[in-house]
Amino acid sequence: MKRLCSHCEKAFANILVGREDKYLCRCCFYEYFEDTVHQTIVEECLLQPGERVAIGASGGKDSTVLAYVLKILNERYCYNWDLWLLSVDEGIHGYRDDSLRTVEQNRDDYKLPLYIVSYNELYDWTMDQVVSQIGRKSNCTFCGVFRRQALDRGAEKIQANVLATGHNADDIAETVLLNLLRGDHARFSRSVMEENGSYRTTDESVFNKIRRVKPLKQVYEKEIVMYAYFKKLKYFATECIYAPFAYRGHAREYLKSLERMRPHSISDILYSLSCISLNKEESKTRVAQQCIRCGSISSQTICKACQFKTSLDRGQGVLAVKRSGMCSLSKQTTQCCSESAERVSQYEADSNDAASSS
Amino acid sequence: MPKVELQFSGGLESLTGGNKVVKVNFSGEQVVLEKVIEWIRTSLIKEKHEYFVQGEHVRPGILVLINDVDWELEGKTSYVIQEGDCITFISTLHGG
Repeated sequence: MKRLCSHCEKAFANILVGREDKYLCRCCFYEYFEDTVHQTIVEECLLQPGERVAIGASGGKDSTVLAYVLKILNERYCYNWDLWLLSVDEGIHGYRDDSLRTVEQNRDDYKLPLYIVSYNELYDWTMDQVVSQIGRKSNCTFCGVFRRQALDRGAEKIQANVLATGHNADDIAETVLLNLLRGDHARFSRSVMEENGSYRTTDESVFNKIRRVKPLKQVYEKEIVMYAYFKKLKYFATECIYAPFAYRGHAREYLKSLERMRPHSISDILYSLSCISLNKEESKTRVAQQCIRCGSISSQTICKACQFKTSLDRGQGVLAVKRSGMCSLSKQTTQCCSESAERVSQYEADSNDAASSS
Repeated sequence: MPKVELQFSGGLESLTGGNKVVKVNFSGEQVVLEKVIEWIRTSLIKEKHEYFVQGEHVRPGILVLINDVDWELEGKTSYVIQEGDCITFISTLHGG
């Protein structure tokens, strides 16, 4: 039974937008989708005119649509954003090498510059090598940490002011569920603070840590796929070969079932998140410092990426993701690096003595 | 005996031997979409059925379009297929 578009009431509707119960024709849907993204950017001050924006680009549906829409908004509103595609090569044969070709297609279609950083270049480890050592469990734990730093490094290299990622409403809701299901209180608190805008510490500002924004945070995954479908945007649609073993899959299945029964569920989870207030202890902002190995901003002396890399180099990658293993490893790494730092200081002191006495 | 075109994308084409488009003739009158899904599950897809269906239902996370219209607007599984219809299945269950 055909329904008229609830916006223009002229054309027949093509899509039901679950988060607001709207029936929209293609044209009204494009306008609605682009306006939602624009409103998110403006209301939350995500991007400033003239900024260099690194768009985390995987060749997948979210980042493809993000790049396309940011380009449209840039031209429509004359924001003068300097848009770049920033891609990470994790070294997953048969997955990432194919998706990078799609990013290169995005580069050519949207005429945006592209910069690629690789795990191999940053850490001397590809994900294929990591998985050979640690097996099929906890792959995303390593990859997530490495990718986060890789994006920061890439953004620094191209001197971007801000990093935009394609996280959508489903992703954020899924992360909330995931952290609740795993009892990961620390990550849950962080996701609350990110949603409430209080995550950025003043120390991070001092260190000029790159800002991260999620312009698609209010749109549903369904809308992104439909937008790409109607606009005939090309994207890479294969699941990472290591993803089927990820715990996140359970949260995703559950969320999708919830959405089917009650489409509002996803936006309601985000609304609940925005209403949570943490007690003083939880919302105390962590002191940011620089990792003594690589200089990245971290809440610890040694950042997580360095801890993981050290454990892999020692053939102890599996231990890195076990709680007790992490404690003993981080102590060992800290001790090792402290000893190194002492040796450097002593060497410099000896050199100065030698220089002053000659 | 409606003849319809089935389209598979978002990775689902790997379940149909790489075929993004499959044309089928369904016998009988008043063939509902539920029957089409059953046919796909039992006759078209040979393995990894769990990527397409959950029990008898299309797996949550797979979008269904009937002639480029969201099946939510067309009665979902109770839609009666017409001659020349194009039914599209798009998986959203992959990285973005």
